[in-house]
Amino acid sequence: MRIATQIASGVALVGTILPAVLFFGGSLELSQLKTLMFAATVVWFVATPLWMERKGAS
Amino acid sequence: MSNEQETGTTPARGPANEYEREPVPVGARLGFGSFIGQYAGEHTAGTELMIGPLFVAAGVSAFDIVGGLLVGNLLAVLSWTFLTAPIATRARLTLYYQLEKICGRNLVTLYNLANGVMFCFLAGAMITVNATAAGIWFDIRMPGLNDLYPNSVGWVVAALLMGLLVTIVAAWGYRFVARVANVAAPWMVLVFLAFGLVGLRQMGVTSFGQFWTDANTVIWKGGAPLPGQVKFTFWHVMFFAWFCNMAVHIGMADLSILRYARKSWFALATASGMYLGHFIAWLAASILYVQQLHVNPANTAVLPGPLAHNACGIAGLICVIVAGWTTANPTIYRAGLAFQAIVPRWSRYRITLLAGAIATAAGMFPAIAMKLLDFVALYGLVLMPMGAVVFVDFWLARRLGFQPNYAEASGARFNWAAGLAWLVTLAVCLLVVRAGGIQIYFVGLPGWFLAALLYVLLSRLHQRKDLRVAA
Repeated sequence: MRIATQIASGVALVGTILPAVLFFGGSLELSQLKTLMFAATVVWFVATPLWMERKGAS
Repeated sequence: MSNEQETGTTPARGPANEYEREPVPVGARLGFGSFIGQYAGEHTAGTELMIGPLFVAAGVSAFDIVGGLLVGNLLAVLSWTFLTAPIATRARLTLYYQLEKICGRNLVTLYNLANGVMFCFLAGAMITVNATAAGIWFDIRMPGLNDLYPNSVGWVVAALLMGLLVTIVAAWGYRFVARVANVAAPWMVLVFLAFGLVGLRQMGVTSFGQFWTDANTVIWKGGAPLPGQVKFTFWHVMFFAWFCNMAVHIGMADLSILRYARKSWFALATASGMYLGHFIAWLAASILYVQQLHVNPANTAVLPGPLAHNACGIAGLICVIVAGWTTANPTIYRAGLAFQAIVPRWSRYRITLLAGAIATAAGMFPAIAMKLLDFVALYGLVLMPMGAVVFVDFWLARRLGFQPNYAEASGARFNWAAGLAWLVTLAVCLLVVRAGGIQIYFVGLPGWFLAALLYVLLSRLHQRKDLRVAA
């Protein structure tokens, strides 16, 4: 389960930046970018709290 | 900009684990990696979305902004590494305990008051940023670049609701938001990167090869600032980048954080915050603002909500809200802690609600956010002289023939040498700004030397002879 959620988080991070890279390269429309980034955001905030370490640095 | 000052206890740990009045033991010290994540997260805050556009409004050129940020951020990293960390990793005490030993309890209380008030206004700017995101959904009339007062009932209601939310969570749900901040940090950095890429494309930049050419001719063209703004040069940007966190490096507030570092060079980890938050995020936000001006030159309003929404849609709006919320929350909490040192009988909740109410009232006035560059410079300036006092007291006191940690040695509750060094330096700096016409970004550096010199001279004059040390 932990590995699955970590993979989902990784995919979400890629899904956050990749649409912007593709938009910059002219391969994606702005409306598509907004939809993909929103989906990636939802996945990130659902998956990441399930595995990320709770304790802060200091 | 960051809000990472520690005022002692954080709610995630009990006081027994905080080492508030003792050096951090070997077992509690942290590795280099801990500080990379911490500084990267803390310096990618909601206010970055204000600062980048304000540079553009100040008429910066490409060389001014890119060169100034590269050099200024490097100087900030070096300040943490060579001024703050060497003391932090030797004394391993919080700033507040160290100041108490030098200044006495009453002077530290005064310092806490100044600190708390500045925290409230800083949190107010973050509430303003959040309210611009709420404004998108409710289509309210939002403030312009030169607005100092609230300009619509809708804006007041938006700021009030955002302020209430932040305050209530700061009082009762700090741990939850602290966790949200940790979770959001990596995602937020990428959203800021996305802002930059989207803005570049919208400006017509299609490859990194043409970036510098377009940066000079299309994005940061320089020239006159927008009406009501001060013209920024390389030096303005450099000193701003260096001193916007003056309170925490030169001002020594990060003694409280870096005392956990195993080695003093771990302070180089601050580069993660400087070059992600104060370089990439500022540049990205400034590109979005240039794009806004490109589309409609009359639309000079610096509103992070609409800027982020136009670039990245709802994900951008969530980024603004999360960035503002997760940084306003600890800022209000820490303001409460600073005030609680003054009225210790008040409960933590009551004092945090008071701090939140002040921040919310401040957040309704766009003046602080729209003049954020000036406010941040003032914030650093107010707390900087005490950093000079700590530096001189730690390294030079014995060599110059006076007693370090004078308040502890003498039992004084108010060390006049430190108090006057602080207040006289501040008064002189502000006088130079007001009457001398020197901009506030440039007085911090000479101010540090003035504070150090005053502290040495006044300590030699003021300290009891029986406590003086042979030079």
